[in-house]
Amino acid sequence: MVFTVLLYTSLAVFAAGLIYKISTWFSRKIGLAAKDFTTSDRISEAFKGIVSVVFSAKLITLIKVFILDVVLQARILKEDFTRWLMHMLIFGGFMLLLLMHALEKHISEAIFAEYYATLNPFFFLRDVFGLMVLIGVGIAIYRRFVLKVPRLRTKGVDHYAIIILAVIMLSGLFLEATKITSFKVYQEMVDEYADMEEDEEVTALESYWVQYYGVVSPNVKAPFDEEVLEMGAELDDESCLSCHSRSHWAFAGYTVSRLIKPVALALDNAGAVNFLWYIHWLACFIGLAYLPFSKMFHIFSTPASLLANAVMAKETSAPANIATRQAMELDACMRCGTCSLRCSAAAAFDALGNEYILPTEKMTFLKKLATGKALGSKELQAIQEGVYLCTNCDRCTVVCPAGINLKDLWFNVREDLVQKGYPEPLVLSPFSFFRGLNRENIAADEYGKPLEGANTAVAGRFEQVMDPSTPISFKDRDVVELNGLPGSSTFSYCFGCQNCTTVCPVVVSFENPKETLGLLPHQIMNCLGLGLVEMATGPKMLWDCVTCYQCQEHCPQNVDVTDILFQLKNLAVRKAAKTAEKQLPDTADG
Amino acid sequence: MKYAMFLGCNIPARVTQYETAARAVLRQVDVQLVDFREFNCCGYPMRNTDQKTFLFSSAVNLALAENAGLDIMALCKCCFGSLKEAQHILKEEGDVQTEINRLLAQRGLKYSGKPQVKHFLSVLYHDVGLDAIKSKITRQYESFKIATHYGCHALRPSKVTQFDDPVAPVIFDKLVEVTGAVSVDWNDKLECCGAPILGVNDDLSMNLTGRKLAGGRKADADFLCSACPYCHLQFDTVQQMMVSENGDDPLASVLYPQLLGLCMGIDEKTLGLQMNQLDISNITSFFDLGVENVE
Repeated sequence: MVFTVLLYTSLAVFAAGLIYKISTWFSRKIGLAAKDFTTSDRISEAFKGIVSVVFSAKLITLIKVFILDVVLQARILKEDFTRWLMHMLIFGGFMLLLLMHALEKHISEAIFAEYYATLNPFFFLRDVFGLMVLIGVGIAIYRRFVLKVPRLRTKGVDHYAIIILAVIMLSGLFLEATKITSFKVYQEMVDEYADMEEDEEVTALESYWVQYYGVVSPNVKAPFDEEVLEMGAELDDESCLSCHSRSHWAFAGYTVSRLIKPVALALDNAGAVNFLWYIHWLACFIGLAYLPFSKMFHIFSTPASLLANAVMAKETSAPANIATRQAMELDACMRCGTCSLRCSAAAAFDALGNEYILPTEKMTFLKKLATGKALGSKELQAIQEGVYLCTNCDRCTVVCPAGINLKDLWFNVREDLVQKGYPEPLVLSPFSFFRGLNRENIAADEYGKPLEGANTAVAGRFEQVMDPSTPISFKDRDVVELNGLPGSSTFSYCFGCQNCTTVCPVVVSFENPKETLGLLPHQIMNCLGLGLVEMATGPKMLWDCVTCYQCQEHCPQNVDVTDILFQLKNLAVRKAAKTAEKQLPDTADG
Repeated sequence: MKYAMFLGCNIPARVTQYETAARAVLRQVDVQLVDFREFNCCGYPMRNTDQKTFLFSSAVNLALAENAGLDIMALCKCCFGSLKEAQHILKEEGDVQTEINRLLAQRGLKYSGKPQVKHFLSVLYHDVGLDAIKSKITRQYESFKIATHYGCHALRPSKVTQFDDPVAPVIFDKLVEVTGAVSVDWNDKLECCGAPILGVNDDLSMNLTGRKLAGGRKADADFLCSACPYCHLQFDTVQQMMVSENGDDPLASVLYPQLLGLCMGIDEKTLGLQMNQLDISNITSFFDLGVENVE
């Protein structure tokens, strides 16, 4: 009764969860691209899209991807054999256990007239499948906690997935082992299936089961007489063998049963079989009910992502469907860390410590963002830097085992974040090259905003130099401390010939360069010579510099002009970050 | 000859024809390439904001090549320049260098300055040599004018990059002339393509590109030629954006291995001629069909 109630409760929660999760694929809005579509638009577009794919040649692509990438998981194999083995063992073993063992009443018994859980080949296979999953879980634990795969970061969701699987499998294994040794279970079977009149027969069969099936009996103990065992064998043949193979066929459970043999009687008397049975089923019910909300949901969402991405493209698919796919892709990510392992910009994570530089963590963040959770301003700043610090090399998209189109996701989210977030100095770097190439995909009136914001944030004060009529105040003089790199003090050699400014292709681009650029290269060098570092970090010249090194190459005094401009930019960014930190409303949160 | 192939980030995503063409050409002249999945960004885009991030990102690649006992060959001039600059900085000792070594050690890596960093063009010119290239050429262009674009980050700062004479470079021109084309003298040949500030100040970026194109047209060049994905994207994709606005006739750019590959008889598909945004299909019309099999 309790069992049935729990089963249906967890099934109901699972079904409701599944429906809820799938409904969020149509309601959640990721980035700017999704803002114009209603849920009903998206559902009807998705329906149209699916129908048009299924009734076209693309169906063949779908079938191919289903076999190769969903069932055989070729994308994981391409990446790493150990991981593929791990995943196939867990996926294959669990699916087979689900079909043959968990759903035996509905599947195994319907297909195989001869099906008994305790009869070979089923008896043996159950242990094979179970052991597959356990080995897979073992590899998973090894990879995460012993081998420590680079940039594979383990969080709560990952712990949960490993723990729930391990509990289900281990409780099943110990349940089987205690059942093998259990005298109570043996007695129940005898009562049900054996027809024995005489005490001699009872002892004989019991002895036989102790000897050959691993039962631990309170009544009889090895060694047994040959005759007794012979009689037991006959009775076994009559009453048992037709539906119970010998216990050692369940090799995993049998091995454990030998290990627990010394305490088997005590366990049996304490009701270990019942206890483990509840643990096993409760874990299964919890796993089932919580599945849509856990990482395990990827058994639905990842195939969906693989299939959708196989037949969709930014250029040809309906924008509403792209919005839906991107919401779905957030669920398809199972934090395997492949993208972070291959990320071109991951070295920046080591140097800066901002985990949002890693694509896996960006995905986890996006999930949070999509559910509408409020973010602290520090977190928002960190994610903004993480999303922008991307070389757009597309490696993450190429390697993702779930086929998630990460590059499109980043583009979409990046635009949203730099529009509404804080001034991000990275927009003034070559990371913006990709955004420039894609400016046609960005609303014209919004394109310049993040640049203006960042330019304002890094800009400093240098009006004093602009107005030759007032003398320069040396009040704010600073000891020049760039960063001690070779050449960083060469500005002191400058004798003011202005060659740097004369050869600069940027300066020559403007009719009135001082007005646009603030300070010209030679003036910046002069500022440093006078100790006016603050002033030298201020002008727009720094950010319009194309880093062509003409100035440095043509300096007769060997001043490393361009390299110094780089260092001043670094300094301006650090200054802007400090100012921003002071202005943050909630510096405490992380 | 064996090099660690450094593709960088733009080529695999946006200029794949540069990779396939360069590989095909290098195969012809017996240069072996070793690929490293662990190579990451050269650090170039991080230079504006954080020196340490730039250096570490660069150093990871240098250390990986050193570990394998190989020299690096970069296809991208900005990657080349950044790796060279990082080497230059890491030669000295100081706080920054200590910090980079500490970060490298965390990844089980070590860099002691062994590997050489070269650009694709310098490998062809210095290591393969013009004669070896000539021996693989089966047909040459005729009456074909090319404006070579050297690329700033290869040329300068010359004491760091040591690519060629920074004021009067020759290697690219000589490599172009091997194909039978004439390398024209043109204004702004050694100037910036505009790519470093695309996305930061597009007007200025396109202004610089426009000046380069005007210089090329004035010298009556048939094509620009580059050997860097940034320069290429600027002359190709960005120029296309520009001409669609201003209606000018484009002056298309060809990647050097595309130019050379055609002379070696490599097929157009491998060279990815159709992958350039601006149409360069008329390039084959400059072959003088009478002089096949020059050597």
